[in-house]
Order: sequence, then structure tokens, then C-alpha cells
Amino acid sequence: METLYKELKQYFDVDEFSVQKASLAFLRVPKSQLVSLLTHMKDIRGYTHLVMVTCVDYLEQDSFLLTYLLHNYSTHCDLGIQVSISRQNPVMDGIHHLWEQGRVYQRELFEMFGIDFPGSPDVHEPMILEGWQGPPPMRRDFDTKAYSEATYSHRPRDHKEPEEYMKQQLYPED
Amino acid sequence: MSDIEIKDNPDIKSELQTPPEPGYSEWRKDENTLYNDGLPEEEKDWFCDARPQKARKSVQVIENFLNWARSQSLWILAFGTGCGAIELRPLVTSRYDISRLGMQPRPTPRQANLIMIGGYVSIKTLKRIVRSYEQMQGPKFVVAVCSCAINGGMYWDSYNTVKRIDEYIPVDVYVTGCMPRPEAVLAGFNKLKELIKAGKAEGQNLYIERFDWYKENQKKVIKDWNMPDYNW
Amino acid sequence: MNLAYKIFWAFISLGVVTVWGLTLNGIVHKIFARVQGRLGPPVWQPFLDIIKNNSIRTAISHGVMFYLGPVFRIAGGIGTYMFIPVLFGSVYFSNFSMSGDVLLVMYFIFFGQLGMALGAGEGGHPYSAIAVSRGLAQMTAFEVPFALSVISLALQYKTLSITEIVAAQQGSFLNWTLFTNPLAVIAAMIAMLGMNMYNPFSLVIAPQEIPIGPPTEYQASFLGLLATNRGIFGGAKLVLFMNLYFGGATNLVELIVKTFWIYMLSVFVGAAYPRFRTEDSIRFFLKYPTALGIISVLLFSL
Repeated sequence: METLYKELKQYFDVDEFSVQKASLAFLRVPKSQLVSLLTHMKDIRGYTHLVMVTCVDYLEQDSFLLTYLLHNYSTHCDLGIQVSISRQNPVMDGIHHLWEQGRVYQRELFEMFGIDFPGSPDVHEPMILEGWQGPPPMRRDFDTKAYSEATYSHRPRDHKEPEEYMKQQLYPED
Repeated sequence: MSDIEIKDNPDIKSELQTPPEPGYSEWRKDENTLYNDGLPEEEKDWFCDARPQKARKSVQVIENFLNWARSQSLWILAFGTGCGAIELRPLVTSRYDISRLGMQPRPTPRQANLIMIGGYVSIKTLKRIVRSYEQMQGPKFVVAVCSCAINGGMYWDSYNTVKRIDEYIPVDVYVTGCMPRPEAVLAGFNKLKELIKAGKAEGQNLYIERFDWYKENQKKVIKDWNMPDYNW
Repeated sequence: MNLAYKIFWAFISLGVVTVWGLTLNGIVHKIFARVQGRLGPPVWQPFLDIIKNNSIRTAISHGVMFYLGPVFRIAGGIGTYMFIPVLFGSVYFSNFSMSGDVLLVMYFIFFGQLGMALGAGEGGHPYSAIAVSRGLAQMTAFEVPFALSVISLALQYKTLSITEIVAAQQGSFLNWTLFTNPLAVIAAMIAMLGMNMYNPFSLVIAPQEIPIGPPTEYQASFLGLLATNRGIFGGAKLVLFMNLYFGGATNLVELIVKTFWIYMLSVFVGAAYPRFRTEDSIRFFLKYPTALGIISVLLFSL
């Protein structure tokens, strides 16, 4: 994997290379070079399988970290390509022209994190959250507990707290 | 200890116990028709807009006999929404075998009497549950399995899971557990049979009696209501 | 015997065959369950299901044809049964049999299915339409060996009346068509496997992929009517096969024993075999049973 990284370094501004194990490594690439790097990996390096696209919300650094995990069938190696994008303007280039299934991940990312992928088919259609009207729910500044309490009603508890109850049962003199 | 706050929500309880006030909600044209506002204009003709009516019972003696027959031949529509759905499969195998109780799984809501909610209910699922429930005929019964269907369970703070299914459809029997064993589900079925034989499982009429209240609850959480107000 | 008396006894024999057909259904469910190592539903479960289905308080109709579908179906069942002499030599259980009733019965076997196809089509459910097309295709296929077998019988006995066919088989069990014309019997029994829709020919009602076949949209008393018809039609088919191929019956006990074992053939096959796809089952019906039927027709026409 190190040799691969050194070769990639000649063409792309990749950095923050980290090897997790012999067959898994991660590297980071600027937003503008992501699609060309993915094309390079798919067409030349044999990383033909898009395993997943996922996102982590770094609220403190005001950024989303997208991870594109690729798999090489001949060497059985996984390479995670990470790209950091701004939280204020979450727009990313789509990869649905490279992998057809990318559009599903992009729909999901738009729904859950509000990251837009202009040109991706059906990207604004609801996928899991039909009729969702709140902010994208997987963002960390979205308070699910408050939303849940405001929207859905609780079933009130009509029996005792287990801790208190067992104390009374076991040690009634206390 | 202090951060656990016992939520006693009085307005829900009172709403459950007092029948809804008469008077028309804005989605009802008059006493006997529904607006079907969620449908596009060209689709309104395709669906029935009649308001469901309470079903009449026969004479008590005949009704007792029919209730006995109903309890002996329950056809299940297994709505496997969550982990509880996995517990339904063993029920038809040779170890537990619900067919000896006269029950059988039925793949279409039209022919089923008993809908089983298999676990947590997300909003998208709730829409389908309401639709399936309304398409079922006759005296229909609901058994909700797993703690998620009862009080939210581990999804108590989820943004997309309703926490009590009985606000949206009338539930006859709950089976607690996460997940309940098939024996517990069988015990729930036996409890339901007792209720049916005693004539207490009248969820269908309850649903129609409090139709407005159930519909308002459903429409409160299902934001894109694109089906008729009652799915005949 | 005057007509009123005849109608009265026809109703009694209809009741007998309904109860016997439904009981057979219950026994079959029990046998299937025991084969799978389960206890299975009680034998009287079909009766409970019919009571339950008829006691449902609401019902949805999708139109006139939808309403008439089960009516046609049960009319087909009763029509099939009404023209079959049930007990040979009995004035009470001879129904409305007459000369040439084999042709009428064969028509009525089709009639119910076609009415059901129209009704299920108006229900509008796509699974109904899929199941109807599969069912009609398969029915057309198994009708070929069955018709050939009946033609062979007509050539053999020089008659089209069921009563005369039964009369020709009396005397000894060696006079049964089973022994005098075995090829036609084999072809017809294979056709009966398709008629009863157990495995390997159960794709029409395929309970997993297309929920329960044509009656997907039927509920409540529609379904009760269809379930009653399953008793009548199943019983009528068995009585017909008994009359044509197994020497008929002279009393009710003989009828019960013979129909039971005729039914068990399709049950044993159904419990042991996996399922054919539609095109495979059509290909199968048009191959071996049809060949047997043609050979038996040729044997008796030469």
C-alpha cells in the first residue's frame, strides 16, 4: 500500500496516509481532485468495486468528512479515500457516472446530511424519510431527543421506578 | 436518579379516555364523506370517499357463537416491521405450530383478521400499517409485539419512530419483550382468543367511533399524506 | 319419481358431497402437517373457516363481475355435481344424470374457472391477473389428456352417458376401466394431479410469490363461497373419476372409501414433490399423458 501511495503522490495531492492493516489503508484528497482520483483508481489501479460512501459530521471543525471505500478484486485490498468538505456549503461532485449505484448513496447522503450532489438522478427525492420536513437528521446539531419529544407522544409510566422499588422490596428498613 | 423524569402526560390519557368531540375537522366535507385532500385532483375519482360506518352486531347468542368461530380461525397478516418479525417464523414451524390453533399466515390484508405489528414503527412503515389495517375486513384484531411498539423501546429518542402504536390504530393485545419468545407470542394469541370469545375485541368499531381522533394523530406524524383518508 | 322429489334428493346429495369434500380437505391438511412433522389443524378446520368468513361484518366489492366471480365458480361446482350419478343403481343419489352427460360435466369443469377468471380480473390486483393467466394456461394443458382419456372411454363403451359407463364396469373389479383401459386411466389420473392443484402443479395458487392466486382480492363471504365450492367441486371431481375409471359405487361407504383413495394419490404426490414452473407443467402435460391418451384412443378406434 505504501508503494501505491508513493505512486499516487506523483499525480495527486494526497496526504494523511494511514495504514490500518496490510489490506486496508486510508488517504485524504482535496475536494477538487476526488473524481479524477476515483477515475484513476477505477480505470488504472483496478479498484473497481465501490464498497460504500459514508459521511462523518465534524461539527467542531465545521466540515463533513466523506469516505469512499474501494475494493480491488485482484489484490483484495481496500482503500478508503477521504475528502473533507465545508459544512456551510455542502455541495459535492457526483460519482454516479463511475458507479451506477453511487446515486443511491448520494440520495441517502442528501437526505441524512443535506449534502447536495448536483446532477445526480433523483437526488432530491425522498428515500427513507417520506415527507420529512425537519433539518437533515444525521447532522450532529440536530437534537433527535428534543425533536422526538416534540413530535411523538410518550407513553406515561404507570408503575414504579425499578431501582426504588427493588430497594423497598429488599431493604425495607432503609 | 434525579435526571430520570417520570413523564405523566395527562392530556394524552384524558384524550384516550374521553370520546372525541363531535364537529367537523377541516378534512371532512360532512358527516358521511371525507375530503381525500392528500390525493391529486385527477386521482380523487379513483378512490372511495365514504366515511366508514360502525358495523352492526347480530343477536347476542349468535354473536357468541360467531365470536367462538372467529377465535378458532384467526388468519394472520404478519407485518414484520422490526426484529420481532424474526420471532414469527418459528411459530409456523413444527416446534410451535400455530396451525393447530386454527391460525394461518395470510399474505393479503383482505383475507386476514389479525395484523401483527412486529416491532418498531417508523413513519414510512406507519403509513403502510394504516393502509393495511384499513384494508382488512370485519372484526379485525391487532397484536403488537416487542417493546418498541409499546413505548418506543430502544428507539425512545429516535427522530423517525413513533413511540406508541395505539394512538394510530387500536391495539388489542401487547406482547412485551425485546424480543418476545415464541411462547410469549403464543400466550398473547391465547389472550386475544379469550378477549374475542368474551366479545371485548371490538377494535374495528372503536377505530370508527374515534375515527377523527385516530386520523388526526396519523396526519400529525405522516406529513406526506398521499392516500385516501380511509383506504377501502 | 317426480321432479320435486328428485330436486329434494339432489339437494341432500349436494349436502353430503359438500360435507365429505370439506372433511377430505381437513384430512389433507392434517396429512400434510404430519408429513412436515407438525400437529396440524383439526379436521373440522375448513368448516370453521367457512363460518368465520361468512360472519365477517364488512365486505368490499369491485364491481358486478367481481361479485359474480364466486357465484359462477360455485355454479360451476354445483353444475358439475348435478349431472353426475353419485351411486349406481340408487334412485335417490342419481342427481340429474342423462345420456351424454359426460360432455356437459366436462364443460362445467371449465365454466367455474372461467367465471372466476373474469371476477378476479375485475378485482384489479396484478397478482390475480398473473395467477389467472397461469391457471388458465395450465388448465388448457391438463384438459388435453383428460379429454383424450374420456374420448377413449366413449370409444370403448360406445356411449357418452356416465350411468352406462358405470353399468359396463359392474360385475367384478376386473371390469373396471382401470384394468380394461389402463392407459386412459393413467393419463386421466395425471390430469387430476393438475386439477387438484397440489404440488407439483401448484404454481397457480403459489402462496409465496403471488399471494394465494386468483382470490387475492376476495374476502369475507366471497371467500366463504369459494371455500364451500372447494368442497363441492373437489367432491364432484372425485365422484366423476370414481364413476369413469374405478367402477362407481353402489353405496355411500364404498363411495367414501374409493374417493378417499383416489384423492390420496394427488396428496401423496403433492406431499413428496417440489413445484413445476408453469411452462414446465404445460410441457409435461402435453408430453407423456397426452401420448398415453392418444395411444389409448388409437387402440380402441382401430
